[in-house]
Parts: sequence; structure tokens; C-alpha cells
Amino acid sequence: MLELRKDIFADERDDNLKEVGKPTQRQDMLGHVTGTSAYYDDHRFANLLHLKILRSPHAHARIRSIDDAAAARAPGVKRIIRGADVPVNLNTLLSLIQFGKDDEPSLATDVVRYKGEPVVAVVATSERAALEALALIRVSYEPLPAVFDVEEALKPGAVSVNAAYPKNTFEYYNKYDHQKLRFGDADAAFAQADIVLDERYQMSPIEHAPTETNGSIAVPDTNGRFIVYTSTQALFFSLDTAAKINAMPSNQLHFIGGTVGGGFGGKVDTLTEPLAILAARLTGAPVRHRLSRHEEMQFGSPRGGERIYIKDGIMRDGRIIARKVRAYFDSGAYTRLSSYAAVKCAAHIPGPYTIPNVSADVYCVYTNRTPATAMRGFGVTALDFGLECQMDKGAVAVGMDPLEYRMLNAYRDGDMKAHRREAKNCALIECAQVAAEKASWPLRDEFRRMSSRTGGGVQRAGGGADRTRAPAPAPAPATRPAPVTPQRVSYERPAAAPAQSAPPPPPRTPSPPPAVQPAGSTHGAPRFSSVFGTRRR
Amino acid sequence: MAKHRGRGVATINYPIGMNLGGDPSQALVHSNPTGKFTVALSSIDLGQGMKSVTRQICAETLGVPVEDVYVDTADSDTGPHCMGSFASRGTHRVGNAVMAAAREARAVMMEAAAEELEVDPGDLETDGRGAIQVKGAPHRSISVRDVAIAAQFKQGKTISGRGIFLVPLSDVNPETGEMSPATCYAHACLIAEVEVDDETGEVTVLKMTSAYELGRAINPKLVEQQLVGGTWMGMSHALYETPEPYYPDTREGPRDFNEYLMPGPGDICPHDIAVLERPAPDGPFGAKGPGEMCANPVLPAVANAIFNAVGVRIDELPITPEKILRALKARGGAAGAALPRAR
Repeated sequence: MLELRKDIFADERDDNLKEVGKPTQRQDMLGHVTGTSAYYDDHRFANLLHLKILRSPHAHARIRSIDDAAAARAPGVKRIIRGADVPVNLNTLLSLIQFGKDDEPSLATDVVRYKGEPVVAVVATSERAALEALALIRVSYEPLPAVFDVEEALKPGAVSVNAAYPKNTFEYYNKYDHQKLRFGDADAAFAQADIVLDERYQMSPIEHAPTETNGSIAVPDTNGRFIVYTSTQALFFSLDTAAKINAMPSNQLHFIGGTVGGGFGGKVDTLTEPLAILAARLTGAPVRHRLSRHEEMQFGSPRGGERIYIKDGIMRDGRIIARKVRAYFDSGAYTRLSSYAAVKCAAHIPGPYTIPNVSADVYCVYTNRTPATAMRGFGVTALDFGLECQMDKGAVAVGMDPLEYRMLNAYRDGDMKAHRREAKNCALIECAQVAAEKASWPLRDEFRRMSSRTGGGVQRAGGGADRTRAPAPAPAPATRPAPVTPQRVSYERPAAAPAQSAPPPPPRTPSPPPAVQPAGSTHGAPRFSSVFGTRRR
Repeated sequence: MAKHRGRGVATINYPIGMNLGGDPSQALVHSNPTGKFTVALSSIDLGQGMKSVTRQICAETLGVPVEDVYVDTADSDTGPHCMGSFASRGTHRVGNAVMAAAREARAVMMEAAAEELEVDPGDLETDGRGAIQVKGAPHRSISVRDVAIAAQFKQGKTISGRGIFLVPLSDVNPETGEMSPATCYAHACLIAEVEVDDETGEVTVLKMTSAYELGRAINPKLVEQQLVGGTWMGMSHALYETPEPYYPDTREGPRDFNEYLMPGPGDICPHDIAVLERPAPDGPFGAKGPGEMCANPVLPAVANAIFNAVGVRIDELPITPEKILRALKARGGAAGAALPRAR
């Protein structure tokens, strides 16, 4: 159910458009619903070969020796590929934009740094033949101590994970082991705060879980070129990465992507294309390299497991005057894209709020875990979880309604953000107002009248010039009794929340009045489907 | 033993495009000899609908019906460079590139039409239905098809255009973090309503209500698709998913969809969405992009709703029944969120 609120910000838009804004049926709808949209793996080739990877069983180990003689003689095997066969074995994804050092091999040669790291590739006439040959390869490992926890990895004497970054942290500006953000004077402000709230948040490293696993098919074309059918999310990113690893001119590669069975960030890493192309070059045949579901789940990069500490300094009237954040991005054994996410996280601090004193340190940390990578909301999702739980706790601490507490501190046009850029085009307050109206969440009058377009400006956050000055439009805090359980809507007892609610919202011209939702009426609310309605079972 | 209901809220914003910029996208637009247009991109449509969004932007800019535009994606031989489909950049970055290319193509189309109608190009307008006419005199018109035929076979003009959009790469001050991370931000507020069983620790998400500000909803149905899908992902992240149940221990990881827990269709709750549009000054028709952000407010809103319901804070994801039961036990039972505090 989606409602367009054209009445809000109408004066900033030209709504006299013919095609934009229309719910036009998607161009590829017919193909999708009739099952004729082609995925990379729908392309069929005679003599297709299959590439499978032998992976490390250890989280950290030295490779003493690899014996692949029996595998090379196994039925159907066309080629064994080792690290030494890869033209440029060491790479880092963001080297394409000159960010970071080459730190990750396509195939490990001397050390494995996470369980599941690729060691040897087998190219065979069938997936089964390739898998059977993998079982014949003997690798002798010398297990090494491993580190899995981001804060353990930063302790003196911790196991060194990544040879390019021996201290277990990405290097920023050849100078720092983390990304800094400094605005105002957070420590001085904490001393003036009425309440200090210091909390820890831990994210879960979730899987992208695409319906279609990562994969590609590399096909020798005429004139020395190769066509690569791929599930990538970033065609030239993958092409340039594959060209670098294969030491090929980029115009010898013709990448064709298209319909993708789910990406969510997990198809930027170019996990399969470089070795598929190398195998096609070495064998002269088309080669498919696709991850099995097991590989996708266990060895395809997950979202990182960020750990975030947030400390707020709050005044009794609800203004947050200081926020300090310490965040650790668990990059796993290699960088991939986590170094980028840490900077994006720093840019996002302190969230969509105007706080005059902000300090943050964001670390990209190496551990002996599967390398993490981009995923929907990269660098921000974890922080938002921490920040918004923290905002809830802050509201309870000062006895304010959690939504009003957010609106009081929300950024507005003209405010100065912690990364020292003026806030423009803000709309957090309006979103809060509309959501509250739809959900019958009681807001007091002054909050219903608030606007992102007025009341902002440097006086609300002057970079610490006056840390405790009240925001211009703050509702007079002293006159307001702070409700002890502001938000609680009891469903066991007669509805308590509407009793403390403000008068009905002022009519917004073209919109219908909000449906009043009785607090207890959604028990057993109808679900979209009860066909699969067994939760958690 | 009882089931407790609670509501939780989160308000968020989200930066559009790659952090710090420096992430260009290009587009080529050309007409075939009978006035049908092709947009050539190397960009990837991951299912979010980029083909359809750029198609509508192109049609609007050219002034032709959307049926007369086809968007061809994901070919490195024919499509010019695009950084990729990530960082919520498709609508904003690729949309802008397509808009620039379509503007250039439109200028040639109007010139060719002016030559055929023997008027000044500045006196012409498109009717959006496949014709070009003299402003104020719609009877003096020519079809886009006839213009394309004339341009190709008579005038020797290519009705085509090139477009690129680049937010220049920002520096970062290593000491202060001063930087220009993004040129525009989308916004959201989401309210989640849950029911928590204090005997089993199970959480049922009953209802969500949200307001998203997205600059411009180029296609409201595609926006809805993103927001509904993203909500599911957020709910899954908050309550169900983890490939490493004993993080940071890597053992016991699931291997397939039987072992990797995610909510099914029966666990999805009604979601009442409002979309606001405060146009981004540099967005195509003001558009920002709903791609990534819509999972983000769900996680904290659900966590806050659980607190509102039973009075425990679970600050480690996912919020499993086990964690809730342990927290309830430590707290001595379920109770609402009455927690006065001290310094």
C-alpha cells in the first residue's frame, strides 16, 4: 500500500510531467513473468568446461606443499590452475580507483588467511569430474594461530592477518590506522551534559542470499577476444578487474551481463570472472565458473559484522550536545570494499541529527574470517541500527517521546553537518510527521508544525562555538513535564497512549484525515499469505 | 506468560551515490530511421528496475511516448562506461547521464523538425504522443517518425546524444574528516509494531507504517517494489539471518536455504507507506533513489518495538528468541518500557 503525498514540498516541484511519475509497467516484465529473460547461465555451449575451486580448510595456515599430480591425471580433467599460473595473482578491488594496496591473491600460494580461501582450480569436462579431481589434491598445511574478533585483532601481539597490512588495519592517507571525524569538542561537551549514554552495538554478518549464485562463463571469441557472460553488478568494474588479473588489454574482453538473480552488493567482487577467463585462455574452450549454494553461503563474501560504540552527551531538555562513535568494520582476511565503507560510515556520523560536538574513529580491521564486502546500505546500515537504538535510549533517559526526541534533534536546511557541509534539502521532520499521522502516533502541536525548511542554521550547530545553546525552535523544555513512559501503548490495558495525545492533526489540504487506528485492533492482523505461515519453524 | 505488544520507531537518511563521488556513468541515445529510440548503457538492472526508470526519464526528456524508447543494458561493446549498480546510484547517476544524452538527441530532433516545417526550432514543442508541433499552432506538426526519416535520408543528421554524469571526487581531510560525501540524501521514518511472546521469545512483526522522502518517485510502482522488498530484508536482518550464529566463531555456518533462516511470506506484515518528494537539485527530475535505504530503518525500529513491548534491549543482531529469553530472565520478567535513568 503506497500513498504519494504530493501535497508536501509541492512548491518545489514541477508535477506537469508526461512519463515521469507514472506507474508504467517495467520494460522487462513480460520476459520475467514468462521465464524468457536470459541469465548468464542460460547460454549454452558445446564443449563447455567447468571450473571448481579447492578451498582452504584452515582459517590461517602456511602452505607447505601442493600435490596435484593425481588430480591432473583424473578422468575429464583438462587443466589444473595454481597461483603461479595467474598472470597478476595479487589484486585489490579498489585499485581501479587507486585506493589501497594489492592484498588478495586469486589463488593462495604461501599462506591461507581464511577458511574457504581458494588454493587450486580444476578445469574439467563436467562439474562432477572437477569435484572428484579436487578430492585427489593433497595440500600440506602448517596451521597458524588465527584471530576472529575485531578488537582482539587490534591488541598488541595479535596475529598478523594480511601481509599488506601487518597491523591488521587498513591504512588511511598513509598515516592513520582509521578514519577520523572531528567536529567541535566532544570531550568538553560531555563534561557539561546532564546525561551521558555509552552503549555497544554488534551487527550480524548476513549473507546476500541471491537466488542466483555468483557465476560467469568465459567463451573464446574470434581474433583473440573473449566473451564473458556474467552475473556482475558492475560490468566495467568486473571487466577491468579481470583484465588486470589476466594482464590483458581491456578491449580483448567483451562482457555481457543483463538479468541478474539478485545482487544486493554481493556481485561486485568479481569472484568468478578472472579465473574463468584464464581457464578459457589456457584450454581454448568455453569455461563456466559458478559458485554452488554451499560456496555462496560459506565463502562468498558476507556483509561485515560491524561493532559500534556510541556515547551521547544529552541535556535534560532533550538536546544532544555531543556524540562520540568508535566503529570497527570486520573486513575479514582481505580488504575488498570495507575500506570504502569505513569512510562512508564516518561521513554518516552522527546520523541525520544536528549535534554540535562530534568525534568518531572508524576502523577497517582484518581478521581470519571470510572477506566481507558491500551489501545494501554498506557502511550505513550498521551505524543506523546503533544510532537509532541509541536515540531510543536517549529518549527514555530524558523522558521524551522517542519520535519527538528525534525531531527535536533532526537536521534542517542550513545546519552544519559534522563533515562540515551545510545541510540542504532535508526532510526528516516531514517523514516523521507523515509516519506519525499514518500510525496515529501522538505528536504535540509544536512538533506537528515543525519544518525542515525553517529554524536551521549555524546557530544550532556551530562546530562547538556554543555547545549548549538551545536550538532556535526548541519547544520550551522547562515547562514540559517529562512523561515517564512516553511511548508505551499498552495492549493489555485500556489504550493509554491516546489519552495523552495532542488534539487531532491540523488538516493538510488535499490529504484525507488519518485513519484512527484503535490500539488493540490489530491482534491477529491478516497477513499477506498464510500458506507459509509457520514462523521460525 | 503473555504476549506483549509494542511500537518502535526509527528515522534515517541515506546518501545517494558512491561516497565522495568520483563515480561516473555514461549513456548514449539514438533514433533508428523510423523514430524509435535506443538507450545504450553498460549499467546493470539487478531487478530494481533501472531499465524502466531510465526509459521513463529518456522519454520525458525527448518528449516522446515511453513505448518509443528501449533501454539496452549490460554490454561492454555497445554500452559506454558505468561505475556499477550499487550505492543507490542507478536512478541518480545513470538517470542524469540518460537525461543529458536525451537532451542532446532532442536538440537534433527539433532542428530536423524545424527544417521540415520551415520554422525556428525554438518555436517547436513535443506533444509527448509522437508529434512535434509549432507552439500555439498544433495543426502545424510533423511526426517524430517523419522527422527521423527526413534526418536520416534527406538531411544527413544523426538524431543522437551522449551523456555523462559525474560528481567530482571529494578530498577527505585526514584529521577532521571534512569531506563532501554526497550531493543529496533521501529520508525515512518507519514505525514497527511487534508482538513478543515472553514464554518462547518469539517476535511477530504485526504492522509497519512508514514515510519515505525520495526526491521524485520516477515510477511509484517500482518504488513500492523496492520499499516492500527492503522492508523484508530489514526484518530478516533484525530477527532471523546470520551465516555465523556464534559470530565471531566461524563454525556452525549454514550451507543452504534449509539451514539459513529467513522469514517466509507468512511472516510478512502489512506495510502502509507514504512517499514524499522533495526534489534533489541535481537529481533527474529531482529523483534521489530508494535502493539501499529501505532496509535500514527496519532493524532499529523492530529492536525499539521489542523494548517497548517487554522492556529489554537487544543490541546484538539478530534478535533471536534465545537472546530475548535470556534478557527477560536477567531482567526478571517482561514489563513495558518504564525505565527512569540517571547520569
